Amino acid sequence: MLSLEVRDLGKWFGRRKVFDRINFSLEEKSSLVVTGKNGSGKTTLLKILCGLVRPSKGDVLISVDGKTLTRYESKNLLGVVMPDLELYGELTALENLMFLSRIRGMDPDKDVLEEKIGWVGLVGREDDLVFSFSSGMKQRLKYAFALVLEPKILFLDEPTTNLDEEGISLVDQIASLQKQRGILILATNEKADLKYGNQIIQLGD
Amino acid sequence: MATRSSNWATKSAWLLTKDLKSEFRTRYAINAILMFALTTLTVASFSLGVFSLNARIISSLFWLVIFFSSMSGLAQVFVKEEESRTVSILKLVATPTTVFLGKLLFNLVLLLLLEIVIVPLFIIWMNLSILNLWLFLFVLLLGSLGLVASTTIIAAIISRAHVKGALFAVLSFPILLPLLITAIDGTRLSIEGEAFSAGWSDLRLLISYVVVMFVASILLFDFVWSE
Repeated sequence: MLSLEVRDLGKWFGRRKVFDRINFSLEEKSSLVVTGKNGSGKTTLLKILCGLVRPSKGDVLISVDGKTLTRYESKNLLGVVMPDLELYGELTALENLMFLSRIRGMDPDKDVLEEKIGWVGLVGREDDLVFSFSSGMKQRLKYAFALVLEPKILFLDEPTTNLDEEGISLVDQIASLQKQRGILILATNEKADLKYGNQIIQLGD
Repeated sequence: MATRSSNWATKSAWLLTKDLKSEFRTRYAINAILMFALTTLTVASFSLGVFSLNARIISSLFWLVIFFSSMSGLAQVFVKEEESRTVSILKLVATPTTVFLGKLLFNLVLLLLLEIVIVPLFIIWMNLSILNLWLFLFVLLLGSLGLVASTTIIAAIISRAHVKGALFAVLSFPILLPLLITAIDGTRLSIEGEAFSAGWSDLRLLISYVVVMFVASILLFDFVWSE
């Protein structure tokens, strides 16, 4: 049984407080939507939750069957899609996924990765350099990266950025699937995205 | 997808492979290093060609060429990840030890490539005869390892700063000074044809420097990388 617990989380950049006293807990098959104005700390909160930024105070505890995992033990349970998360432009789409899987200690199957790239709508572009991709295609490839390991916890920051209608319905499908198999945490400004959350946190109030 | 029991060494090798592939396609560092090396060497060779230089000046010149050429490329190893905004994805998938070792290996490959080109050219253009070749090669190898261990951790520290160039000079000067002084002295002894035993104190110092820098960097890197 998977769980994510956040205790008394706070973040300051120098003297500027971003947020303080954030508490919540999530279990398998649940979801959280983080919302708030620009600059309210949505992205910072997601970065802390997935281990990219250290909090100024408080703890983020990810547990499996009651055992709390270290930051590095939980790496392979996470899938992340964020505007700040860029893939390597000088590598092809397939090379990106191969490299990122290998460095995570996985044995990547080329066919599985190609299938994943196709599933996000990039059929036939596996061997193209990511430099040549449009911003929407890069966003789709980020989804392929996030979903390669079928993550237990999926973090989505501004999930529909740069996507066309077809892409937005893909996000809808991914979010629904994730809510059935693990935990979904989503940061957004779009009112329409609030439907994804069992819990909602409003930052900046 | 199957989990493989790959250790940090295998993962670092994958990072090295990725960096080499990326470097081969973008020529981000190698062109800068080689052009700097050739320019420095040409200027030194033309301006000093008619003079007969003693071993101390020649060995200082040798390490100056290697030091300044390598600095133009080795310092970029983390800056490139910051500038292309791929640092977050690397943080997400790799442990700090994997990243440090992968980047250190990449810098070592770059430096060895530079030396393969620059050392024979230096010997030919400066009309240099090295009387104790083995001592020369050991000093070169240990000096290169020390240079790579120091510049990799300094590169990681400066990659987050706004004034990268100035900070690199400020940080690298006190850290690299003992290495360069010892390597210059060891190279002088090898050019003068001193016995291996005469250069042993320099070699011991270089070995100690490499071990200390390597261990300190591994311990420090987690903090630098995660903050």
